[in-house]
Amino acid sequence: MVAIGTNGWNTEPLGGMMDLQQKIAVPETSSPLSVKPSGQATAAQVQEERSIIEVENVDFYYGSTHALKSINVEIPEKKATAFIGPSGCGKTTLLRCLNRMNDLILNTRLTGSVRLDSNDIYAPSTDVISLRRRVGMIFQKWNPFPKSIYENVVYGLRIVGISNRSLLDEVAEKSLRRAALWDEVKDNLNKSATDLSGGQQQRLCIARALAVEPEVLLMDEPCSALDPISTAKIEELIHELKDTFTIVIVTHNMQQAARCADRTAFFYLGELIEFGETAKLFTAPDKRQTEDYITGRFG
Amino acid sequence: MAKTDEIEKSLSANRRFDAIFAVVGLVSTFVGMITLAALLYDLASDGLARISPQFFTSFPSRFAAQAGILSAWVGTTLVMIVTALTAIPMGVGAGVYLEEYASKNWFTGLIEINIANLAGVPSIVYGLMALGLFVYQLKLGQSILSAGLTLALLILPIVIVATREAIRAVPSSMREAAYALGATKWQTTRDHVLPYSMGGILTGVIIALSRAIGETAPLITIGALTFIAFLPDPPIKAEFPFISFDWLMSPFSVMPIQMFNWVSRPQQEFHLNAAATGLILMVMTLLMNGLAIYFRYRFRKRIKW
Repeated sequence: MVAIGTNGWNTEPLGGMMDLQQKIAVPETSSPLSVKPSGQATAAQVQEERSIIEVENVDFYYGSTHALKSINVEIPEKKATAFIGPSGCGKTTLLRCLNRMNDLILNTRLTGSVRLDSNDIYAPSTDVISLRRRVGMIFQKWNPFPKSIYENVVYGLRIVGISNRSLLDEVAEKSLRRAALWDEVKDNLNKSATDLSGGQQQRLCIARALAVEPEVLLMDEPCSALDPISTAKIEELIHELKDTFTIVIVTHNMQQAARCADRTAFFYLGELIEFGETAKLFTAPDKRQTEDYITGRFG
Repeated sequence: MAKTDEIEKSLSANRRFDAIFAVVGLVSTFVGMITLAALLYDLASDGLARISPQFFTSFPSRFAAQAGILSAWVGTTLVMIVTALTAIPMGVGAGVYLEEYASKNWFTGLIEINIANLAGVPSIVYGLMALGLFVYQLKLGQSILSAGLTLALLILPIVIVATREAIRAVPSSMREAAYALGATKWQTTRDHVLPYSMGGILTGVIIALSRAIGETAPLITIGALTFIAFLPDPPIKAEFPFISFDWLMSPFSVMPIQMFNWVSRPQQEFHLNAAATGLILMVMTLLMNGLAIYFRYRFRKRIKW
């Protein structure tokens, strides 16, 4: 991990050997709304951090409904970023733009650009299939397939033609361990996934998403239908996973954002109001609307 | 408080209406049930005595007591095989396409309306169409192939509609789960949508086939024989290449036509044969419906969300 900074900047279209000042300037001019963690970020801090996803001037429409209004966000690599905001503010819509799940909804339109490692994922040349293998997703309502636990976890491998049993076994165990589910299910891998408890099913979905080794894991209110103990387990999991994966989590629960996320973005009525370090956003927000929301005055 | 009486009156009127409706509903239900039971009893009392192994292994004959339904049930079986092999892949394919692949626009809307309407077209009209298309234009003759294709077209809308409904019952969260893992549309359909909707699709297919098995009018229109004393060429041969498709072009009869033929004769003995055939046809239909119920039960039990 020594060379993260260099690696990261190397993927910029202009090449890697640019002046640091200029590099900092690029994201700042392109994202007027995103608030930098702190005005005087040192060079060291900037180098440590690399944006894996850059959302630039994104507008999104469901038919004639304007759901997202010129959104600019940069998702830092190997960190957890939370999207918060009242219902209907567009946070889930934005999340689903990041792996093009919104393509499945009829009559939707996106303008602007979403870049993953500097490549526009809405470019005609982008292969949605491989994009979704790089950007996995966990849904609000757990959705394991009505198949065995094992078949759920290895499905992402089976569809690319991997049928080597020992490899599948290995990935299944590794993924279930990562999702902190292995000890609970290791003796029942052939049991139907839908017989598990809700929290277990959600962790199974996480294991299934991890099995394809994505770079980014999108979580759409993963705990909203879970009890506090299962929620705690998944939050703990997020803490562990963000060392390896980039996590973007949509949540209604502000405590959850405060506990899990390094960065938090606050959305309201389709606009990104404020984006910054979680601690700062929750203790000293720059915007009045953010403060009103986190102190419970509306939303 | 003055209104209490009126409210009480209105409530008792409501209760009375409820009771009346329950009785009317019960009677309506029983009319159907009793008719079916009476029909079965009537057929059984006339025809049961005629059913013997010999009845299945004999060709029709001038002598009622020697006549059997060999050519009719073989014809029905072969026609149904052609129908099933044509209607199932086409109907399921069309249903999957319309639900999973087709974009929703005025054109697919038009197709949908057409399919719904096709399901209501009288079967004799299909017969006329088949006479022109299969028998004369494509020169398939008055054959098993023509008959099978005709019935396939007849039940196609039913299969399509049943497939679409079964597919629509699969929660979209299953598709999202598969897509989010990088599955293609076809992989999602093959691994999830079709297996999870299989119970519903099979039910629809079997119901459709059990409708086709009793169809008479379109087959008479395309020229099915009413008296036939030989069997089609066997599909399996002793010599190379072992499989033969000559039977497809063979003339044929089917059970409802055989039945119709016997009913239209003046002699009482032939009417008994017709009753026996009707009974067999009805048992076959009931068995198919039973199979549909079994499939639905088995698939539903295995899959929960």
